[in-house]
Amino acid sequence: MDALTLDGNAVAGLLHEVFGTEMTVATGTCGSCGASGQIGAVHVFRSAGVVLRCSWCGNVLAKIVRQEMQACVDLSGLSGLAYVHHTGA
Amino acid sequence: MSFVSRGFHGRRREDVDASRVPPGQYVTPDYPVLSAGPTPHTPLESWDFSIVGEVDDPPRWSWEEFRALPSEEVTVDIHCVTKWSKLDTSWRGVAIDTLLEGVQTSAGHVIQYSDGGYTTNVPLEDVTGGKAWIVYEYDGEPLEPEHGGPARMLLPHLYFWKSAKWIRGLRLQSEDEPGFWETNGYNNYGDPWKEQRYWGD
Amino acid sequence: MEGAALLGRLTWQLADVLDVVVENARVKTLALDVPEWPGHKTGQHVDVRLTAEDGYRAERSYSIASAPSGTRIELTVECLEDGEVSPYLSDELRPGDKLELRGPVGGYFVWEPALGGPVLLVGGGSGVVPLMAMIRERAAAGSDVDMRLLYSSRSWDDVIYRDELGRLAGRGLTVAHTLTRSQPDGWNGYARRVDAEMLTDVGPASGDRPHVYVCGPTPLVEAVAATLVELGHEPQRIKTERFGPTGG
Repeated sequence: MDALTLDGNAVAGLLHEVFGTEMTVATGTCGSCGASGQIGAVHVFRSAGVVLRCSWCGNVLAKIVRQEMQACVDLSGLSGLAYVHHTGA
Repeated sequence: MSFVSRGFHGRRREDVDASRVPPGQYVTPDYPVLSAGPTPHTPLESWDFSIVGEVDDPPRWSWEEFRALPSEEVTVDIHCVTKWSKLDTSWRGVAIDTLLEGVQTSAGHVIQYSDGGYTTNVPLEDVTGGKAWIVYEYDGEPLEPEHGGPARMLLPHLYFWKSAKWIRGLRLQSEDEPGFWETNGYNNYGDPWKEQRYWGD
Repeated sequence: MEGAALLGRLTWQLADVLDVVVENARVKTLALDVPEWPGHKTGQHVDVRLTAEDGYRAERSYSIASAPSGTRIELTVECLEDGEVSPYLSDELRPGDKLELRGPVGGYFVWEPALGGPVLLVGGGSGVVPLMAMIRERAAAGSDVDMRLLYSSRSWDDVIYRDELGRLAGRGLTVAHTLTRSQPDGWNGYARRVDAEMLTDVGPASGDRPHVYVCGPTPLVEAVAATLVELGHEPQRIKTERFGPTGG
């Protein structure tokens, strides 16, 4: 147990900014242990940037560094990311 | 002119000597805890500190051996890339110069590595000459786990992400190797006085 | 527009502060009008951003306390002693001011009547806020879904929405309080941290496969989620919203 841990849901706004859509309901697959789950349920840590970690094995799924005009996003820990595409405008 | 929240000031201290505050930084009275992962809890019986890589006889110290090394108290200002600075922080620890005594190397780069997998890279000349310590006390008390205890790097002339928490060793290399944040947008060197926060700064 | 709360551009907007209402000694509710509000689902939150004159910025997230109601939303804020944003929202902000925010976000931690029940809500301190939005929506929809709230507070004076919860209880809504630090004279409710026995007493059986929402300070959320799994609840049906070490 770590008192600093947050859920993926806590960075919903940042994720929406980066991906252009609500991502907490997207399904991510951990490239290290293979666990799948909603991004809203992964573990989040706030550091110099935001770190998303697999809630099963602790592997770093993603790192996000948001600057004024751009963001650097490392998704190499995710072996898959799937979200439901809403039809319509 | 973007929106301004009427009456909002924040908790930064404004009664400080501006020459001590790098560009774009604010002074905080607190000590915010930021972490890239869960706090490790390595028992002191298993803890050790090593210098590895391009060295002939890699030294290693157990916790007892490390605590027996000559140590010093230092008071420094620290600057986090997330824009908060904290002035006059006091620590006790072992100078990197002391740890490198007798270590022969032609390597020019140092990779700090920690429990939990965090890494950060610095030129060797930035940790020698009285510029860096491995510290185990903060403000007269043993360094708390959430702040990097049992021991962390203290490298105050660079942004504080270059001072690895929960450090377990230094790897000396001829090749530079960008670390955890350097590979994801943060500046490879990180001089707060030149505001080198991100790639390209 | 059902999909609107999850779809669409997320931009910073200026909300008008309509009212600041005292809930208790440390907690206030802000009533806001957000001109371009697309609607929301209960459980979602907003990101609030404050900017000082010299450009200094601070950003925090706050759960929406109200059920959908046109362009009006409510945020309930606990004033943290060493906080940077909450004291401003609590003590400085007044009707007529503007507040910059973006949202709604957080499609993961949502409940709506169509999801049905039974539902178990476990909240600690200000973690009750998004759960209250769910309770309010259930009431507004006239739903009789089996919904149970287990709400942990330090003392009776710290209980947020105390009277409203008392009024709404019944017709399928159960409200159970536990007061962990001090209790009023004559209190015969729970007076300890949430544990397995309490969850078993209050909550639906794991075999009923309830939707579970746990919200509050990280230590409480982790302990409750772990206990629920031990009691046989499916991990995928337990949604958690950790507020961090101190909550709020």
